[in-house]
Order: sequence, then C-alpha cells, then structure tokens
Amino acid sequence: MISVRGLHKHYRVAKRDAGLRAAVSSLFRRRYETVRAVDGIDFEIAKGERVGFLGPNGAGKTTTLKVLAGLLHPTSGDARVDGHEPRRRKEAFLREITLVLGQKQQLIWDLPPSETFDLNRAIYGIPRATYEKTKGELVELLRIGDVVGRPTRQLSLGERMKCELAAALIHSPKVLFLDEPTIGLDVSMQSIVRDFILRYNERHGATIILTSHNMADVAALCPRVIVIDHGKLVFDGELDELVRRTSPNKRVVLTLASKPDGAALAALGTVVRAGEASAELSVPASEVSRVVARALATLTVEDLTVTDPPLEDVMADVFGARPT
Amino acid sequence: MSLRTTLRAIPTIMRVGFADAIAYRAETIVWIAATTMPLVMLALWSAVARDAPIGRFGAQQMVGYFLAMFIVRQLTGSWAVWLMNMEIRDGTLAQRMLRPIHPLVTYAVAALAELPVRGLLALPIAIVALVAFAGSELTRGPFMWLVWVAAILGGWLITLLTNLAIGCAALFVESSNKIMDVWLALYFVFSGYLFPVELFPRSMRTVVDWLPFRYQLGLPVEIMTGAYDVHHALVMLGRQWAVVGCMLVITAVTWTFGVRRFAAYGG
Repeated sequence: MISVRGLHKHYRVAKRDAGLRAAVSSLFRRRYETVRAVDGIDFEIAKGERVGFLGPNGAGKTTTLKVLAGLLHPTSGDARVDGHEPRRRKEAFLREITLVLGQKQQLIWDLPPSETFDLNRAIYGIPRATYEKTKGELVELLRIGDVVGRPTRQLSLGERMKCELAAALIHSPKVLFLDEPTIGLDVSMQSIVRDFILRYNERHGATIILTSHNMADVAALCPRVIVIDHGKLVFDGELDELVRRTSPNKRVVLTLASKPDGAALAALGTVVRAGEASAELSVPASEVSRVVARALATLTVEDLTVTDPPLEDVMADVFGARPT
Repeated sequence: MSLRTTLRAIPTIMRVGFADAIAYRAETIVWIAATTMPLVMLALWSAVARDAPIGRFGAQQMVGYFLAMFIVRQLTGSWAVWLMNMEIRDGTLAQRMLRPIHPLVTYAVAALAELPVRGLLALPIAIVALVAFAGSELTRGPFMWLVWVAAILGGWLITLLTNLAIGCAALFVESSNKIMDVWLALYFVFSGYLFPVELFPRSMRTVVDWLPFRYQLGLPVEIMTGAYDVHHALVMLGRQWAVVGCMLVITAVTWTFGVRRFAAYGG
C-alpha cells in the first residue's frame, strides 16, 4: 500500500541571530543552512496496517507524512501510496487519502463544522445518501451531534478535534495520515478518539500511519512502529520488539499490606517508585521469576503485576534525554 | 482535477464562501464602504469640470464616468492575494491541497462568492444614480451591452489572476503582499480609477495601452459610457482577453513551479 525508497527531503532555511544588528545585517547578507529533515529512509506498509511513526521533535516524522500526502516534493527518492506518486496529487490519489494535522485545521473558522462537511461532500462528489449515512455514523461514533451546528470558533479544542476527524473522513479514505490527533485533548477525549480510529481501521480496512508524542496513542493503536531520528530510520518492527530491544527490564508492581522496607526492596531490584503501601521495581527479564518468588516470601504482598516499562521510558532510552 | 468534479463542486463552494464573507456584519459594511473612492473622485473631478470641460469630460460626463467606475469596481474586485499569503506562510494552504480540486479554483470561486456581498448593497443605489443623473452618457444597443458583459468578465479575470499570480509568488519569496501594494499603486494610476486614462498625454497613453491595468477597470467603464463604436470596442476587447490569456499562463507557471517549494510549515 505504501512504499518508500531512499526518501530525502532537505530544506534551505534562513538563519540569523537575535537583535537589531542581526536583523539589519540579514537584509543585506542572508545566511542559509540546509536542514536534512528526511535523510534516506526506506519502508513498506501493507494495506490495513496501523503504524506508529515515532521520534523526537524535528526527527522528520511530519515531513515524511507531508511527502506521503503529496504536500511536499521530495528532494530525492521514491514514495508511492497505493501505486500513486503523491507529489503529482492526482484526483484518484487525493480521494484515497486524508491527513489530519493536530495543529492545523480544515474546518472553516467562522462557520459551523456542518458547512465544512457539506463542502467536502461537494468537492469529493459524494452521493447525498452516502454522505448522510457516513455523516450520521461519524457524528454518532465521535459524539458530536450537538456541536456540528455551532460556529467552529466557539468549540472547545476537543470538540474541534473530533469535528476535524469527521471532516477528514467524510469521504471514507483508504489511507489515514494522522499527525498528533490527540494533542491537547483530555484523557477521556483521547480515549474516544483512539477508539474511533481503531473502529475505523477495523470497519474500513484502512491503512493508518500515526505520529504522536502521546505514547498511550501508540500503545493502543500501533502494533508496528517506525522510529526515526535526525531524518534516518533507526527501528522498524513490532512495538513489543522495540520495548524488548531497548529496555530488557520488566516492571514488577507490588501492592503491600504495610509500608515496605527500603533495604528489602533494593535487594530485589532497582526501585522505580516506593509509596506508603506500594512499590515498583525494575528487574532484568531473566530475573523476574526469582524476584517474584523472593518478594512473595519476604514481603506482605497483597497484589503483584509484571509489566513492560512505560513506552515513554522506552523512548527516553532510545533518544537519551531529548523530548519525544 | 477533472472539470466535472470542479463544476459539480462550484455551487457549494460559492454558497459556503458567501456565508463566510458575511459572517461578521459590521466588518462586511466597513468592507463595502472601503471601495467608495470613485465617489470621492466623482465629487472632485465634476467640480473641476464644471468650470471648463477636461478633454471630452464635462461635469455630466464625469458623473457618468465615476458612477460607472464605482459599479465596475464592485463587479471586478478580488482580494485573494491576502488570503493566499496568509495561508502559504502559516501552512493552511496544505488543507486546500489535500482536496481533489485545484486550490486556485477554490480561491477563485471564493473570490467570486464575495462579489454579491458587496454588489447587493451598493449596486442598486449606484445603478439608480447613474440612470437618473447621467443616463444619457450610457452606451446604447444590446450588442454593446453584451460587449460590456464580456469586458466585465475579462476585467474580473485579470484582477483575479493577478491576485493569484502574486499570491503564488509568496511560494518563492515567503510574503508577496508588498508586491501587491506596488501593483495596486500602479493600478490606481493607470487603470482609470482616479481619473480617466484619456486624460494622460498622448505619449503616455501608448504606454498605458500596453499595460494590463486599463483592461481591469478603464475599458469596461469606457464601453459602458459609450466611448467606443462597435469596431473599436471589439478591438479593445480582443486586447483585454489577450491580457487574460497572458495572466493565465503566468499564474499557471508560477503555481506549477512555486508549489514544489511549498514547505507546509506549521503542522
């Protein structure tokens, strides 16, 4: 469905220091630098896959999505989406895709979202009956029945984001490029949006590429992840494999009958957190059985769970201390 | 994009564009008032011409000319360049590019949708005033009115395509609003907006004939006020549509090469 070979996208950007002198000097002599936003990446994505695109700020995730959506012309390399060359922006290609940018909107600011839906109906040439059915489904799944008639500028961020998704999916695209679709949303709204994306994928067999700094999005939606850093691909595989490879430790979460003894916990593994009647330990995967047995023997354990480390911690390990 | 897709979508784009243009009532009224310069020029030039005619223009002709100018200005306006500049700089153009219809078509249709907003309020008053105070200055015969309609369409297309071409220039230079300011300064002087181009010295008029500005405003006004016979009007109309063709090519080329540089910032 999606094929990327040796993709490069380089930008030439102006650079100057702060201050009046630098401003005046840049009028006469402008300095430029080349930013290698995407620097030779290759990957294939099959029809119906849900793939998380991960990396720190400026890694090239959004640039790659924009190239795949036909917004940016690649500097070199080849990108194909369902056989189409995105940069040509042929009608058949644009009908198959959608790109949701969490920080950009297609909704018309001064008019209700229903006007944008209707505009998209006309532009995509959706038959009226199909449009009404699809709109009805989207409105129900996203729970936006009471907001689609209010001017967009008067909607909350969460309401707007849900309407954005509805507007982007009104033509039932086969490929969804989602860039930070839950940014700025509260936890319950994030959950609604994630459920919706999952259902859309299951119902339509759509291919989904998602970028998000919210690891809960990735964990809930993406069995496969592609990690890029400085424009280069550093990992492509299953999420579990990324966790195993990057962080070979497991987390042992204990609920205790009384406050744990610090020394006893330290003897079991690395203490990640210790509360009044709980504790979390990081232990090598090969040591889990031994640590669990010893914890049950030496502590007053009421409950015990073994989990993978949070994805945030895994990503922090992948990219050092840089924000992801 | 296919012509069928485009044609099918135009009525809805126009309706939504119209709704968007009138979203703010007070702003709409101020916006309409912003093109009353011909009425100021009418008062000024008719007072000057009252003492002695200037060229073929007496006070009555000046009234007819500037009322016609007011009407033509309402019918041929376009402001797409400001929106394009904003959308290119902040990356919003991306949303237009994702839809299966040419972004320039959506700008054009939205610009067309704005015309009735201004026209519905200002035009009836101007037409009544023109017929009442300078009806004798208007051209005669249905064929000349057909030529006038073609000239209005041509004038609007030149204005629109200029907006789009200069808007596309922002894809190369980040912001092209100042280029539009320069264009507007020349447009005010050479289009007949501030005074009839007939009042230029003969040597200057040759230059003006080769510039596009006159064909945006002056020509439809001149046809409307009976400045030409049929033959001369058709020759001028031919020149105007040649300018339309040139602007179309310039706009298409600027877009084709400019869009490759689009950085879609802000997402």
